[in-house]
Amino acid sequence: MMNNSNMFGGCSDSITNCNCNYTPQGINAAFGYNTENEAKDTDCGCMQNNDNMETRQEMLNKIRSLNFAIVELGEYLDTHPDDRKALCLHREYTNQYRELTDNYQKVYGPLTIHFPCNKWRWLEEPWPWEGGMC
Amino acid sequence: MWTYNKVLQYPINIKCPNAKLAKFIISQYGGPDGELAASLRYLSQRFGMPDQKSKAVLNDIGTEELAHLEMVGTIVHQLTDGLSAEEIKAAGLGDYYTDHGVDVYPQSAAGTPFTAAYIACKGDPIANLQEDLAAEQKARATYEKLIDLCADDPDVLDPLRFLRQREIVHFQRFGEALRGVQDKLAEKRFYMNNMNSNSNNNNNDNDCGCENKN
Repeated sequence: MMNNSNMFGGCSDSITNCNCNYTPQGINAAFGYNTENEAKDTDCGCMQNNDNMETRQEMLNKIRSLNFAIVELGEYLDTHPDDRKALCLHREYTNQYRELTDNYQKVYGPLTIHFPCNKWRWLEEPWPWEGGMC
Repeated sequence: MWTYNKVLQYPINIKCPNAKLAKFIISQYGGPDGELAASLRYLSQRFGMPDQKSKAVLNDIGTEELAHLEMVGTIVHQLTDGLSAEEIKAAGLGDYYTDHGVDVYPQSAAGTPFTAAYIACKGDPIANLQEDLAAEQKARATYEKLIDLCADDPDVLDPLRFLRQREIVHFQRFGEALRGVQDKLAEKRFYMNNMNSNSNNNNNDNDCGCENKN
């Protein structure tokens, strides 16, 4: 999982060109996430469609990999705050993480309670210890 | 504060329940060198650290240990999920089942309940960080014993190997934090109770005078 070089790539983000101005994508401020129409169009329907299941699992694996890389880099940066390469990687991964978790949660439901929902989907998805989607 | 993420740090999907393995692995949940002891130890020690690096290392590793606690709890849960009372009894978990049912209770492999006596908080940054280095090695050694005991099931082995590897990385970070604290304490004119001694020395000069107003 961690050896997928395509997923992480090299550190293309230079110090002078900091891509920290994150713009949330796809947020409809008036209607929020998970409107009925959005749910009809993009809801995974995961019990029926194997392709969507794979996409969901793939996205979750990427989220988990990025999360791990961020935790690991964070602990490293705690004792090596001047390592510019690590700082650059941290910035790249956190940007990827925000974009990916945003996209995931819009379709498959919230990963944290800090995600806006018109419907309380927190109850609908299985918990991590219950296997399957963990 | 903390925010819960509804995803495990490392995936766990155990297909074959095995209560005998659960009986061993629960030690890393609430045993002497388990994840609960680790997280509480680091998160409690961070308040007394003298420099930014060691506060951050204890905070961030203590937080990761909470994610490991969830992983170990998940392993124990999945290893016992769906088993009959007879199967649980045959695995030697009848005593556990009597008191805790299907909950995951923090205890050692031998059944000793978790105790705060497992946590070392000495109020001395050097002693605490040396203790943390030892704690990581003890956790690594425990995971290696568990890996030996669980060799038959790759679904269990895989997350145990991940957890063992994290102990090694944390050991490295604590070593670096210890060096930073040693450097900090070796600086001239550094006093552990700097604020207090200042206020004592300057008591007369900076007295608020609130008793003299009347």
